[in-house]
Amino acid sequence: MEITEILVRYGELSTKGKNRKYFIKKLHGNVRLKLTAFKKINIVANRDRLHITLNGENGEAVMEELKDVFGISSFSPVIRVDKSVEEAKHAVVQLIKKQFKENMTFRINTKRADHDFEYDTNDLNRILGTEVERAVQPISVRMKEPDVDVRVEVRLDGIFISVETLSGAGGLPVGTAGKGMLMMSGGIDSPVAGYLSLKRGMEIEAVHFHSPPYTSPQALQKAIDLTSKLANYSGEITFIEVPFTEIQEAIKKQIPEDYAMTITRRMMLRITDKIRGKRSGLAIMNGESLGQVASQTLESMLAINEVTSTPILRPLISMDKTDIISVARKIDTFDLAIQPYEDCCTVFAPAKPKTKPKLKKVLEMEESLAIDQLISDTLSRLKIQTITRHDNSESTDQTTFDSLF
Amino acid sequence: MIYFDNAATTELNESVLDSYLQVSRKYYGNPSSLHSKGEEANSLLKQSRKQIASLMAVEPEEIFFTSGGTEGDNWAIKGTAIEKVEFGKHIISTVIEHPAVIKSLDQLEKLGWDVTYLSVDAEGRIDIEELKESIRKDTVLVSIMAVNNEMGSIQPLTEIGKVLEAYPTIHFHVDAVQAVGKLDLHLAESRIDIAVFSGHKFHAPKGTGFVYLKKGRQLAPLMSGGGQENGMRSGTENVPGNVALAKALRILLDQSAEKRRELNRLKRELTDYLSIFDKVTLFTPENSAPHIVCFGVHNIRGEIIVHALEKVGIFVSTTSACSSKRKTKTPTVQDMGYSKNEAESAVRISLSHYNTLEEVEQFKDVFNAVYHQMKEIE
Repeated sequence: MEITEILVRYGELSTKGKNRKYFIKKLHGNVRLKLTAFKKINIVANRDRLHITLNGENGEAVMEELKDVFGISSFSPVIRVDKSVEEAKHAVVQLIKKQFKENMTFRINTKRADHDFEYDTNDLNRILGTEVERAVQPISVRMKEPDVDVRVEVRLDGIFISVETLSGAGGLPVGTAGKGMLMMSGGIDSPVAGYLSLKRGMEIEAVHFHSPPYTSPQALQKAIDLTSKLANYSGEITFIEVPFTEIQEAIKKQIPEDYAMTITRRMMLRITDKIRGKRSGLAIMNGESLGQVASQTLESMLAINEVTSTPILRPLISMDKTDIISVARKIDTFDLAIQPYEDCCTVFAPAKPKTKPKLKKVLEMEESLAIDQLISDTLSRLKIQTITRHDNSESTDQTTFDSLF
Repeated sequence: MIYFDNAATTELNESVLDSYLQVSRKYYGNPSSLHSKGEEANSLLKQSRKQIASLMAVEPEEIFFTSGGTEGDNWAIKGTAIEKVEFGKHIISTVIEHPAVIKSLDQLEKLGWDVTYLSVDAEGRIDIEELKESIRKDTVLVSIMAVNNEMGSIQPLTEIGKVLEAYPTIHFHVDAVQAVGKLDLHLAESRIDIAVFSGHKFHAPKGTGFVYLKKGRQLAPLMSGGGQENGMRSGTENVPGNVALAKALRILLDQSAEKRRELNRLKRELTDYLSIFDKVTLFTPENSAPHIVCFGVHNIRGEIIVHALEKVGIFVSTTSACSSKRKTKTPTVQDMGYSKNEAESAVRISLSHYNTLEEVEQFKDVFNAVYHQMKEIE
């Protein structure tokens, strides 16, 4: 018994009417990108399903990759056995035993492409069904919505059986919803916000503010490593490093401490919005969750958000910290995020930032800053790179040091 | 030159030495430092741990670097004693353990601990019933080696583990120094809580080693200080040593089944040959480790054979190099029921996967000559 094919069922996109073709095409491309390491596979996208023929590639490994592709509701491994009823009986029983629960229901659904095979579909349904009832107990047949749907297909080159159905990642294919800029700090929240944006079909670009020497090279590397984790879901992500030292120093010098945080955030948002405009993004995402810290009160959001009318999406706005952490663990960003490197949000953090900043005061204070000058200067020094899931410190170290091991 | 003393120590592998030198030269930073020199050393350390964990099929958090077998055994025993002193002061071990274990237990006995030493049979194996009977309410540690360094006898670790299933609070420590690459320990699925390994027994540098400590088990550190090794073993990490250790382990375990078959073939050649001499006694039992052959020539002290073979460039050992100059315990041969006289005749050949059939053939010729020379003076 070996997995020879994988059957992929589309998620929500089945309901997308006229856009359906576009969605399927995107998903097809995303799956292809995700599976580039498997040179021999063949992917065919039909109206309802995607068929992946393995041609000898490792089915378990392919399925592991598919789990991270948005737009897939579920998938099933298909197993090939030799064209004999005995082989089919054995395989079906083994596969059902693997997921057996007491009193479960099943049905056998046979198709026959090879009409010269000695049994017809009714015979096969009966023979296999009887065998399952004999070998696995207690179990019963149920034609409508059984727990296990055993699909058997007799083709010229063997009998193909599929029993197991595994959940996909759900969501919509990455790229179908347009592009947005993710403000990536390096904490627990922003990668989760990025993940949720990707899940709803957005393409994201990560914007990270770096203030050397107040923030360390490790803090920058951490943001890149986190972005690399997100690239798991989208193939690659553009990472934009914003040199932020001059602006932070200017704010530190000229702005009263209790308003420094608000004005720093406004500067960050202005810069991100400029980058968005240049790179044809349609929205800005961040990891804000209501009431979590001083900058995340409604008063703060109002004062910070005032610099732009671009939609600011806050996927975590109503989530509790524990829920955010559980997603971070699921996408493997938590352990990275909690490494204790200061980022530019904490480096000049005042002891008591205003939780209810007044917009009028903010505007008065900002008059002392050469905002346009600072921003255009910063924008001329952006560093832009493309991050894949392999572009993280761990794999870089791995390759640098591999020869030593 | 034929080196047949691999249970004492092994030749440093050339490519392992290369890595050691490269890391020492280029990546000399302290893994705890904040700068990039420290970071790269830290990455190397992490990668070493990851590689060893993956080779042993355990988690990286379960691997702790040490300076070798003696430190590992001392830590397992004294660390358990400190950690569990409130729960009891009784320890079970065997009479055939390595001095690193026996001497650690001696120290604890002087401090008021009670130690039961299990005896071994003619095969050098403990009796499971005796183990069962020895367990008491206040037993906190069972310390039993996997492969005996003198004889190569293998202890029934799975059966011991089964007995200990009923006593989840007892630490099960295994000195696995002679077992690595020779025996599948299946650490993750086993009842073993602590397993001790030493690098120089498998072509890594001296002063390297690691301890496997099962997740959730507590062991008091013996080295207190800067909190390295997750607070379990302070002291600036031996990064070049650990990289070399990880590499040597990879080389050792690469195609290990094949290497083991080959070792067993060499061992079979040796035992078959030695058993044709009527004055030779084979001490090594059946079903023992594939790399150790222990035998004696009647009435000839082992060291005489060692020196006779050395003269023609063949290096073997009396039992256990550590104790061959300083007598610290009765020889295992004697524990197995042989006389003191027989024990003193014991000679140990210990192989590595770098030894060849040609070397074994050469040994046979030389031994034959030595044997006949000895017979005359007997």
